[in-house]
Amino acid sequence: MTDLNVETAIAPAPRRKVARRGPIVRALGRFGANRYAMTGLAVFGLTLAAVVLMPFVWKDPNGIDLLAINKPPGAGHPLGTDGIGRDVLARLLAGGRVSLLVAGVSTLLSTALGFFIGALAPFGGRFADAAIMRVVDLAMTLPPVILLLVLASITGPGIVPTIAVISLLSWPLLSRMVRSRLLELRERDFIIFARGAGAGPWHLVMRHGLPNTIDILVVYATLQVANAILLEAGLSFLGLGVPPPAASWGNMLNAARSTVVLQSYPWQWMFAGGAIVLTVVCINLIGDGLRDAFDPRADLE
Amino acid sequence: MNQHSPLSDARPLLDVQGLSKHFPVPGGTPVRALDDISFSIGRGEVLGLVGESGSGKTTIGRSILRLIEPTAGRITFDGTDLMTLKGRAMRQERRRLQYIFQNPFSSLSPRMTVGQILTEGLDLQKIGTRAERLERARTALSQVELSPDTIDRYAHEFSGGQRQRIGIARALTMAPEFLVADEPVSALDVSVQAQIINLLRDLQLRLGLTMLFITHDLGVVEYICDRVIVLYLGRVMEIADSADLYAAPRHPYTRALLDSIPSADPGADRKRITLSGEIPSPMNPPSGCVFRTRCPHAEARCAQAAPPLEEVAPGHLRACWRPDVAGQPL
Repeated sequence: MTDLNVETAIAPAPRRKVARRGPIVRALGRFGANRYAMTGLAVFGLTLAAVVLMPFVWKDPNGIDLLAINKPPGAGHPLGTDGIGRDVLARLLAGGRVSLLVAGVSTLLSTALGFFIGALAPFGGRFADAAIMRVVDLAMTLPPVILLLVLASITGPGIVPTIAVISLLSWPLLSRMVRSRLLELRERDFIIFARGAGAGPWHLVMRHGLPNTIDILVVYATLQVANAILLEAGLSFLGLGVPPPAASWGNMLNAARSTVVLQSYPWQWMFAGGAIVLTVVCINLIGDGLRDAFDPRADLE
Repeated sequence: MNQHSPLSDARPLLDVQGLSKHFPVPGGTPVRALDDISFSIGRGEVLGLVGESGSGKTTIGRSILRLIEPTAGRITFDGTDLMTLKGRAMRQERRRLQYIFQNPFSSLSPRMTVGQILTEGLDLQKIGTRAERLERARTALSQVELSPDTIDRYAHEFSGGQRQRIGIARALTMAPEFLVADEPVSALDVSVQAQIINLLRDLQLRLGLTMLFITHDLGVVEYICDRVIVLYLGRVMEIADSADLYAAPRHPYTRALLDSIPSADPGADRKRITLSGEIPSPMNPPSGCVFRTRCPHAEARCAQAAPPLEEVAPGHLRACWRPDVAGQPL
């Protein structure tokens, strides 16, 4: 009897038939269980699908209907028309393409730039750290409007310069946050072990830096998408962003600077504004869900 | 070339000569964390390293693996001078020397599964295929008496003792010959400490490991160590066989340390040395013998020069000027 007990106590537990799911699958499972995040994903997915697909079946965003100027929403123009008779729905969809493209690409670029610069500083040695952080300081002190004017005068307005300008302006903040997180991480024993085993900066940044800053990155990226949409709107307002007649949510919103439009033709700016708000809220919900899903401590049953 | 058979090998596995580490202080005198430390460890031996906080125990352990770069000294491992090895060669050599960290909560990445933690070193050293690495990880888990099932869990799902086992398993995956165990139990509950100590003792015997066992707990030392180095303020005070040291300490500091162990017999009439005050700042160590400011036997010459480490009995070394204090019965 006692023999049996000793045997079971020492022998390792038999391997379960069903292997435990991998960490990424479990993270996605947690994400799927988050109702708010899934709602955000669904609404954002619909928006994206509409923006990508609808312009093929709906009206030309630059088509002018002279018989329908400043028409409120109704038959033929579900969201009304603007001051020169262009269909607001068509412009909203075409503008969504531009705005989401600018926001998405510039967020990816500035997040990648900010992360790598911020992560290489603490792992690249004392000299690299000092040099990199001075560059970050320099980039932070650049006055955005002046930089925009200079860049725009060199490259001219357009989608690509807009993306470049927004990306180049936004990354230093993220770099500082990533660096301070990794400075603390660098002194932990598991990093000392990895270094002892021969880990170079690339391994440390990708295997330890990235997973341990994922929450910062997700929060930054969600804020940055919203920020980029608004920056693009501001740039377009100055005539340096996406030039007319191309639509973007930003330049549609800027129509509201006229009090007449603001008061009498609310459909001309309200839907663009609503689209920005809806997109930003959805992305924030998705971001929160991702952050929670990738936190392994969330898995404590 | 090693011409001796392993049994009659007189040459130590690890030999440390004149190890010093000075940490520079901006606008101040450097902190002399270690000053001229010399010792050696034979193959299969467990050497204890005891001393108060701040006496340089961890600095010695990390210097040996060159996790921190010593200021001076020569470290010879199995005939290879580790100090002259550069980058790649040092990394390769480090497979044979592994480190067990004190704090099991900061030594395991919170974002990696146990499997990733255990195979990271193998990945970095490009040892074996992925399947072989996982196999090694499973073997290591069973060596530390954890279920192989734990391989895809995260470290935070485990208790302190289990985490320390994972830390030990990580060292074992590299199939080391030499382990530095840096206070491996001081962050654990007393009930768990014994399990981990027994596990380490067991592994050491079974795998024929050589170990540098860092601790401030003299009770643990007596159990696991063959020989002991007593460290004070980055200097060696006494080196002796464990049994010898407990029976007849030759240095006043060692004696004070042993006296500080609570006795289970309240009636025992003991003459005790109790230390007062704090360990002095290594930025401004006392002249001569660094222990003199707290030593009950200190006299004028102790302030003039540091006592050399001298053999007072076979295999028993101490650094003290007072021959009359030596060998005083406890």
